[in-house]
Amino acid sequence: MDFASFLIQTLNSLQYGLLLFLVASGLTLVFGIMGIINLAHGSFYMIGAYLAFVLASATGSLFMAILLGIPLALIFGAFLEWALFAHLYKRDHLEQVLLTFGLILIFEELRSLLVGDEVHGVDIPAMFSGSIQLSEVLSYPVYRLVISGVCIVLAVALYFVIQRTRLGMMIRAGNHDRTMVEALGININMIYRVVFALGVALAALAGMLASPISSVFPNMGSHVLIISFVIVVIGGIGSVWGALAAALIVGFADTFGKVLLPELSGMVVYIVMAGVLLWRPEGIFKKG
Amino acid sequence: MTTTFKHIRNIALATAFAAAGLTSAQAADKVKVGFMLPYTGTYASLGNAITNGFKQYVAENGGKLGGREIEYYTVDDESDPAKATENANKLVKRDKVDLLVGTVHSGVALAMAKVARENKTLLIVPNAGADEITGPLCAPNVFRSSFSAWQPSYAMGEVMAKKGIKKVVTVTWKYSFGLQSVEGFKEAFSKAGGKVEKDMTLPFPNVEFQPFLTEIASIKPDAVFVFFAGAGAAKFVKDYAAAGLNKTIPLYGPGFLTDGNLDAMGDAGKGVQTTLHYADSLDNPKDKSFRLAYVKAYKQQPDVYAVQGYDAAQLYQAGLAAAGGDASKQDVVIKGMEAAKIDSPRGAFTLSKAHNPVQDIYLREVQGGQNKVISTAVKSLADPARGCKL
Amino acid sequence: MNAQLLLKLVALGILACVPLTGESFYTELIAKTLVLAIFAMSLDLLVGFTGLVSFGHAAYFGVAAYAVAQLSPKYEAASLWFVLPASVGLSALVALFVGLFVLRTKGIYFIMVTLAFAQLAFFVFHDTPLGGGSDGIYLNVKPTAEIAGWVPFDLDNQQHLYYFILAMLVAVYAFLSRILQSPFGRVLVGIKSNEHRMQSMGYMTFRYKLAAFALAGGLGGIAGFLYAVVFGFVTPELLSWHQSGNVLLMVILGGMGNLVGAIAGAFLFTGMQEVFATWTKHWQLVMGSVIVAAVLFLPGGLAAIPGRIKRSLQGGGSNE
Repeated sequence: MDFASFLIQTLNSLQYGLLLFLVASGLTLVFGIMGIINLAHGSFYMIGAYLAFVLASATGSLFMAILLGIPLALIFGAFLEWALFAHLYKRDHLEQVLLTFGLILIFEELRSLLVGDEVHGVDIPAMFSGSIQLSEVLSYPVYRLVISGVCIVLAVALYFVIQRTRLGMMIRAGNHDRTMVEALGININMIYRVVFALGVALAALAGMLASPISSVFPNMGSHVLIISFVIVVIGGIGSVWGALAAALIVGFADTFGKVLLPELSGMVVYIVMAGVLLWRPEGIFKKG
Repeated sequence: MTTTFKHIRNIALATAFAAAGLTSAQAADKVKVGFMLPYTGTYASLGNAITNGFKQYVAENGGKLGGREIEYYTVDDESDPAKATENANKLVKRDKVDLLVGTVHSGVALAMAKVARENKTLLIVPNAGADEITGPLCAPNVFRSSFSAWQPSYAMGEVMAKKGIKKVVTVTWKYSFGLQSVEGFKEAFSKAGGKVEKDMTLPFPNVEFQPFLTEIASIKPDAVFVFFAGAGAAKFVKDYAAAGLNKTIPLYGPGFLTDGNLDAMGDAGKGVQTTLHYADSLDNPKDKSFRLAYVKAYKQQPDVYAVQGYDAAQLYQAGLAAAGGDASKQDVVIKGMEAAKIDSPRGAFTLSKAHNPVQDIYLREVQGGQNKVISTAVKSLADPARGCKL
Repeated sequence: MNAQLLLKLVALGILACVPLTGESFYTELIAKTLVLAIFAMSLDLLVGFTGLVSFGHAAYFGVAAYAVAQLSPKYEAASLWFVLPASVGLSALVALFVGLFVLRTKGIYFIMVTLAFAQLAFFVFHDTPLGGGSDGIYLNVKPTAEIAGWVPFDLDNQQHLYYFILAMLVAVYAFLSRILQSPFGRVLVGIKSNEHRMQSMGYMTFRYKLAAFALAGGLGGIAGFLYAVVFGFVTPELLSWHQSGNVLLMVILGGMGNLVGAIAGAFLFTGMQEVFATWTKHWQLVMGSVIVAAVLFLPGGLAAIPGRIKRSLQGGGSNE
């Protein structure tokens, strides 16, 4: 591999890893703060992508689709928390697994009823549809750089919210000790609802951003879900920064695995995970 | 005494099952045709096109095959190999069909071929290209009205070598259809002195091609041979153009790359050359009348899959007619099918000893939103049927 | 003879009559359900009795299924007396190895990590020459039960195969019941209710859990072996997380920690699948709704229903 290819593969890795971070950050927050295992999280990614497809065909622009899609995803997340997940906090993990497994089936079938089972493409917004010439034969699509940029902005924003705002303080407190938060008179149910809705919106946004490059197809959420689990395991439950580091590790492992070890490409990320488990069973960033 | 008893028992059993909704009571006098095709999932449109094509021929033939009325049984195979055996058994053991028709996905078709062999049910495969079906797993009662993965790819190998291309990279999904296509291509291409620099694969139906495009750019081959189908194919052609590779490294592949996808590809598809046993601008009267009738009946343009469904019905017609409409005389039906010369919209074809079409493969180019015929790449190409003992 | 035992024998008698109907499609359907019942019982050992929620149990089912297909010669019959122990042993070994990793974790981690390892196994068969890619591989000829020229039964005969599966079901049931009565089984149940207490009593709980994990993997392997023999075809889908989810569902439908419940759960699951699928092609919507409703309104699974009815009849359900 020459240096130019190496650089480009690095860009590919970053872009893939950052996108995964959007999905995994919501998952790890919901795990860490609410103690809920949510198998349906990958479905939110799928729902986001289909929202992008439907709204972009209706409005003619992916921008509009994303602008409309984010509030829809937030409302949807808040509704789900109120209707279903709020009943799960005191249940054991097994029942959470079961309910969210059922939800996957429901979401997929509703998707099939409402939008059908076809594979769809979503057009890249015209202003980002160009490519940058990187080597004599290869150019790099601008849109992929845009995705990476948006993800970096969101990661910084998430850092700011968690470290600097009152909501963030409550989230951090809730992550450590929920009884203490309740003792302080903070409405824990409200925090749960906000965090859950945020997680849904982040996953859906990832799906919307990815829709032009990955296409929109049935069951697209399940692969993302399992990779997100791996990221959470590597990064440590509840750690957003762990999720960021782990997502980038997975992005690099997967991209370079495809090129250097094509026979093992599907397995590389799981082997990395097994290694981390041996070294630190609670994830790299788990404190204590 | 005993016969009366048997009779009563049969009535009792039949009533019990009919009441339970287990069997359909009538239909004793109709020929039972079971479609096991994808009606949901990625390949749903292919399943529908095959069904439409089959039914169109039956309609043209006065609603009958071999003078007998047809009763259809349908199972959605979801293109899921894990459920394939069970689904095939529903038609074979539960509904006891005379003819099984299916399917698109090669893995599912292999499972169907196995069920058909074990139960001696007549099977016509209207699409799936897995070489094994008319190779090592061939059987007297297993037929194919479409193609083997080897056929269009082998033809492409010859075409590319003739163009003076020396160094090639291949990309495909890692499943048997893709891998066998690449094998067929390499066989002809290497024989003519070409060299394959690298084979790249990704899991089906993954469509994140970016790392592979980067790799292609660093190898700089003379051309790229790809096998993809459906939406994944459209995505690949678009990504290939977005990466700027189409300007310097031409793209070739079996026709599934561009069939039914031209709208989705837009300008990115322009000039891509492919090989297949069918094309948009064939100059034969059969194709013209077929297309007219299809558009009239289904309000959409037919594609290669509809042709394959149509020919599956023609094939069975030939067999049933030979047996005077008696589907139970299976060996006579098979003889009739083997001897048939099918007047297909793709051009007339006969069957090889292994029951695969011996057909012309066309070289096509994407021009003005159509797969236009440039030339006949190979005339009357027969699959080598390696491992078949028929 | 107590009523419960009588009930079990009647159920067994009914199951034994199925092949006599001569309806080969339904015999095969019930045979498949029996295989799934074995699979569900093996998972119940972990989930219901030891308190380990494994979400990757399909891996061991799939490993054994692939082992049969790969250990059998292409066009000849393998010996049942070799491939059965070999494939089941391999499943148990893989489970033992995976257990060394996953049992270092607890709770949500355990669920996710078992899932991730199952996914790893999925890719091993999907991507490497060990499997046949996404299309799977055939078992062209079923194993033969021949011992030095004597053939006690023939797995190619549907009735023989059915009774062989039924016998395996009874054997696995008896084996698990026996295990659970043993000191080993009591330790497992103790771990489920309070692992710390068991540790402070001096039990090396990790070893017990590892043994249970490997045992469950091996028993799941029996189911995988039988599945491959019934259908003669294996694909990576057998190891997919949907399969792991489905078997978990069977265990929970029947009520955890109850072997008969696991069997009932398998029947209920296939029954629902068949019935819903005839109603609508969107049967998964109905299935998903049933699952969600069951979790929300029916904690404890089916097995809890008789107790609930009894309680409500006695009018004592209000203050539990």
